[in-house]
Amino acid sequence: MKTGIINKIIAFSNVDGPGNRTAVFFQGCNLHCLFCHNPETIHRCVGCGLCVEKCPQWALKRNEAAGSRPVEAGKTAGMAGGRPDETAPVPPILWTPSLCVDCDTCIKTCPHLASPKVQYMTAEALRDKIRRTAPYINGVSFSGGECTQQRDFLMEVIPLIRELGLGVLLDSNGTYDFEQDPELLRIIDGVMLDIKAADPAFCRTLTGAGPELPFRNLDFLQRAGKLEEVRTVLFPHHPEQNEATVRAAASRLRPDVRYKLLRYRPFGVRQEGLDFLGGEITPEAEGEHLAALARSLGAENSVTV
Amino acid sequence: MSAALDIIQDPTLTYHQELLALARLGESTDDSLRYSDEYYKAKDSRALCDLNEGVMPYRPRYICPDYSLLFTKGCAFLELDPPQDLAEALNSLMILYHHVPSITSFPVYLGDLDALLEPFVLKEDRAYAKKLLGLFLKQIDKTLTDSFVHADIGPGASVTGELLMELTEEMQLAIPNLTLKYDPAVTPEDFALKAVNCMLKTAKPSFANHGMFVKEWGEKYAIASCYNGLMQAGGGYTLPRLRLYECSLAAKSVEDFLDRVLPYYADLQFEYMDKRVKFIVEESSFFKTNFLVTEGFVKRENFTGMFGLVGLAECCNHLLGIEDPKKGFGLNDEATALGRRIMDRLSELVEAHEAPYCESTGHRYRLHAQVGIDSDGREDAPGTRIPIGAEPAMLDQLAVNEQFHPYFPTGTGDIFKFEETWMKTPEAVLPIIKGSLARGLRYFSGYLENNDVVRVTGYLVKRSEIDKLTAGRQSLNNVTVFGKGAKDFGGALDRRVQKQDENRDH
Ligand code: SF4
Ligand code: SF4
Repeated sequence: MKTGIINKIIAFSNVDGPGNRTAVFFQGCNLHCLFCHNPETIHRCVGCGLCVEKCPQWALKRNEAAGSRPVEAGKTAGMAGGRPDETAPVPPILWTPSLCVDCDTCIKTCPHLASPKVQYMTAEALRDKIRRTAPYINGVSFSGGECTQQRDFLMEVIPLIRELGLGVLLDSNGTYDFEQDPELLRIIDGVMLDIKAADPAFCRTLTGAGPELPFRNLDFLQRAGKLEEVRTVLFPHHPEQNEATVRAAASRLRPDVRYKLLRYRPFGVRQEGLDFLGGEITPEAEGEHLAALARSLGAENSVTV
Repeated sequence: MSAALDIIQDPTLTYHQELLALARLGESTDDSLRYSDEYYKAKDSRALCDLNEGVMPYRPRYICPDYSLLFTKGCAFLELDPPQDLAEALNSLMILYHHVPSITSFPVYLGDLDALLEPFVLKEDRAYAKKLLGLFLKQIDKTLTDSFVHADIGPGASVTGELLMELTEEMQLAIPNLTLKYDPAVTPEDFALKAVNCMLKTAKPSFANHGMFVKEWGEKYAIASCYNGLMQAGGGYTLPRLRLYECSLAAKSVEDFLDRVLPYYADLQFEYMDKRVKFIVEESSFFKTNFLVTEGFVKRENFTGMFGLVGLAECCNHLLGIEDPKKGFGLNDEATALGRRIMDRLSELVEAHEAPYCESTGHRYRLHAQVGIDSDGREDAPGTRIPIGAEPAMLDQLAVNEQFHPYFPTGTGDIFKFEETWMKTPEAVLPIIKGSLARGLRYFSGYLENNDVVRVTGYLVKRSEIDKLTAGRQSLNNVTVFGKGAKDFGGALDRRVQKQDENRDH
């Protein structure tokens, strides 16, 4: 039995795919985008304990059971070779939700882009939570972090969710090679894919990885009929980069695939990101202009938000 | 100073409001309708409340005429022939509304407007029909100045329903209240989405569980006043309330409450209802001579008595010694389970009591989760609602409501406040409504934060009107004064906003 490491579950979400959906946010991502709005979801907790003392509610304590497993600084607990060890992860810090007042002091304290407020759940436990929301939702979306980082857990939980009569969408940063995983593809309805940038150097600076695989995924998922939506964030001071990305994505997209151009908002972005991208919101006019451009290139279902 | 002079000199009352207050004062000078000493004692202790219905009822509390008669036979008393076109139909309705009494003296039910008007609307050009309906709504808003005035549409789609919703959005009027009788098997998806859209922008329509109401009342039911289920061509004689929190103060334990206290107060409320119903039927002239009765717009046997209650949450919390409502009823399984036991017990009591002149409801009264009045303050939450400020995330709020709504054929409801982003996604709101109705929710009201028209507890007022009143000016809407009380005393406008993160599930 696998354990999922989950940052949060939003019972009713209207912004994570079509209709009303339960959105499950996994902890841990293989990229470190400068514009990330939830940077505390990027890494797993390393158990340094800094947040424990800062919590005003004594909602956090060290997990003695995890203490016996040494964790190297900078490496994430329970990770082996970059992929999480999903068989027996142990939370380094124990969090008591009933005491927590969501002040987020712990998250502000954490120097490792992690959060102690995570839940370690079995597939059955997650299914049981979703069973309660099932009557009111159109489906479930897995997001993150990067949900494909916990691929084996997905393989366990998605069939259980399908048994509830619900479809499943994945929200992915595009760095997972979907073509190599027909089993996963078969049990999901589709992927909401990030296309972060087209220019290789810019993409690397922005995210830590190049654009090749995301674009390959775009083509492949579209061919396979599993491309639910594509998203690109538009940045306030990079109009040429924005246009290059939109052109590259839109010219490949079929007219029916939804293409969302999300205007960058500085909320939640960490200092490093603010230094590079600024503290402004991308102008609405630029969003509208690029959405029109995308439509003229064939991505007729393009909108800006 | 006399009470009459107080009314006459009150600068915040309009002429019509003064007139009603004076009538009430006049009514109170007679005391021939008497109750037992125990009843008065219970009333003084605030365990029972008669909602200021007045001591000498000269009409039933709620009257729901069968307006279709006006269109097939006309009205002899008002010398109206059946209308031939939309203008005549709307004119006839406005005339009849003027003569439909109620506890507030305004009609609480305007009819199933789409069913009534659709044949006429279809004969007109759409723009012209819209123009006439707009004038009709405006006239209602400015002359039937009371938010308990209520119109119904649905469950089928109609041009009339569409136009009424378009106009509601464009005109942003607080009156009339509007309900969509909703049945996912009958109501087309796009029509329901239009209704959601309108609800997010204007706080109406609300969604009534059509299937549930039909099972209890048959096809010809009305949603009137706040959210009251009643028979068309019928209505409600009276609606007193148990204030359950105050009732619970007399109990030594949970069992004592269920075995002794609750039956005791229920009996006193039965006494009030029985006497009052008999008085309305036997003594006052309404059922003998009013043209609505003599011409068949209403039938006496279609009326029933509404057995109301408020404060179930506070009652359960008190009985279990829970001080913090955030740890009480609705958020605590033990308290919620006690709520169900109390409701089961009360249902038994109501079921066991033979009610006079209630033929259409099997000679029984029917339960009503009353929406609260300003003087309830924070002691008694409306009906079976979770107290304001303690509401859990929407999923849990729905789950609690679904357990309690089936108890109340004469009405209950809850209000869900959505955060702004939901306005763009009515398709995400509809599954929530559908899912909850399928699971036993009776009545769903929603609105978006930051609207001028605000649903206070079951009725609508304009925020700007409340502010006007606070500044000492008159407000045309009779209900604004209640809204102001609820805002000042009950914190009704601080209702929890349905934000994304509040659905967060730890
Ligand atoms: S968010 Fe919760 S766990 Fe974190 S510091 Fe605040 S109270 Fe403690
Ligand atoms: S959440 Fe961050 S600060 Fe807290 S123990 Fe883990 S790594 Fe350290």
